[in-house]
Amino acid sequence: MIGLEHYLSVAAALFVIGIFGLFLNRKNVIILLMSIELMLLAVNINFVAFSSFLQDMVGQVFTLFVLTVAAAEAAIGLAILVCFFRNRGTIDVEDVNVMKG
Amino acid sequence: MISADLDTILPEIILSVYAMGALLLAVYTSKDRMAGTLTWTTGGLFLVLALWIGFAGQGTTTAFGGMIVDDAYARFAKVVILASAAAVLVMGESYMARRDLLRFEYPILIALAVVGMMIMVSAGDLMALYMGLELQSLALYVVAALRRDSAKSTEAGLKYFVLGALSSGLLLYGASLTYGYAGTTLFSGIIEATSDGVSLGLLFGLVFLIAGFAFKVSAAPFHMWTPDVYEGAPTPVTAFFATAPKMAAMGLFARVVHDAFGGTVGDWQQIVAFLAVISMFLGGIAAIGQTDIKRLMAYSSIAHMGFALMGLAAGTAFGVQAMLIYMTIYIAMNIGTFAFILTMEKDGRPVTDIAALNMYSRVEPGKALAMLVLLFSLAGVPPMLGFFGKLYVLRAAVDGGLAWLAVLGVLASVIGAFYYLRIVYYMYFGTPTEDALDRNASPVLWSLLMGSAVVMVVGIVNLFGVEPIAQAAARALAG
Repeated sequence: MIGLEHYLSVAAALFVIGIFGLFLNRKNVIILLMSIELMLLAVNINFVAFSSFLQDMVGQVFTLFVLTVAAAEAAIGLAILVCFFRNRGTIDVEDVNVMKG
Repeated sequence: MISADLDTILPEIILSVYAMGALLLAVYTSKDRMAGTLTWTTGGLFLVLALWIGFAGQGTTTAFGGMIVDDAYARFAKVVILASAAAVLVMGESYMARRDLLRFEYPILIALAVVGMMIMVSAGDLMALYMGLELQSLALYVVAALRRDSAKSTEAGLKYFVLGALSSGLLLYGASLTYGYAGTTLFSGIIEATSDGVSLGLLFGLVFLIAGFAFKVSAAPFHMWTPDVYEGAPTPVTAFFATAPKMAAMGLFARVVHDAFGGTVGDWQQIVAFLAVISMFLGGIAAIGQTDIKRLMAYSSIAHMGFALMGLAAGTAFGVQAMLIYMTIYIAMNIGTFAFILTMEKDGRPVTDIAALNMYSRVEPGKALAMLVLLFSLAGVPPMLGFFGKLYVLRAAVDGGLAWLAVLGVLASVIGAFYYLRIVYYMYFGTPTEDALDRNASPVLWSLLMGSAVVMVVGIVNLFGVEPIAQAAARALAG
């Protein structure tokens, strides 16, 4: 029987993978965007699992809002990345370093 | 029912409809040629809404089943947000026009960000909180990268986006845990669920929420985006980042810890006090080696957020009042300081190097004097207004039983005074340079700089009556 705690464990694991992807990744900014998406989707699993467990619709409504915002966020992130690429000709994380301090 | 609900958020509706209408109008007609007009109209609309909310608002009303709360606290924060956004928007107009940066999207994005901020401070539910926060953040990511052809500006936008999205993720994870363990997303429901202590799950949720807020107010140790974004973004945008969004994020922070977790002050007090100490010291020490004035203002804002959090850490109504007064004074100071930074240019090109201010008092004694007053006020030197802001938060910390925090706060403000006074030293006793800054004074910048400096001196008489209003606002929030 798969219970609430299993869903929460999966969500927590995905969330942590997302955070590690953000901090350990040294290659490519696209991977950062994927990590952010992974974090938001982990949160969605949490919401849906709680919603089902509590027999309460609010969690699922919240999930829909999060999905919408995640789509808008990805669009804006990619747009900024395109501008960045035009200026610098690279999207390596190591090259995001004009300013330091 | 629904009409009463809509009445409550009428200012937000007006502003969003205005933003969408302006977008359509500008796209279908003259595009960037309208940008100047749009900037002034948007600033005017902000001011009208601020006056309306400030004078017409009465009592406490909730809308949409408690999702939106309109009380004295929300109104106080909204008036500060709208007024400062109007000042900063108008202030940057000539700077941006001269550098071919004034696109019609700028005032519209700022208007949308302000709608998000207004929702943030009157949120009564985790969902409204999240939507308001994202509306603000998404608009600000774009604004940070406004100078599309500059490597610095796009890099600032990219960094702000990645770290902002991380903080939204943390906050959202906290929201999901809070929902799961409290069984509701309404703040009024969460405070009931925590009436007999906070469960471990809720505690995790609270910690994640606070980490998300700390990112948004740029409190250490979640501050790493601030200096880069401040330096990289165009100066008028930096001025905006340093004012209205800070008030909104701080307002949201206080709203959540008091409205949703107000029954269990002990659980978050230590975290907030920790954030306050780290921010004050990091802001003070890291600013010492800076040579770029925008970067320096970033560290200065980190330190100031530490002081504002000190008021919040007290966990009392007086603490909230002190935080509100501190934020209001901080924003008034920052508007003047950034008006000065916007006038810093040589041969028509913007300069942000502090060394360029050497012997500035000989070039323009009036502006140097105004900047001196503002810097003293930022450092908290009596008798300027900034000193009284610090006095309020220190008193709140002592009253709240956090005397150790107040002592550390005094130490940090002494360290912080060094780098403000270093600028004063450059301006009055520095080595004379041949390539001094241009003499120029756009009337808008000049009057905002002088006005802000005069406020810092005259305000000490009675704080312009802000104190009783902040007190009423704090009572509405924290009883």
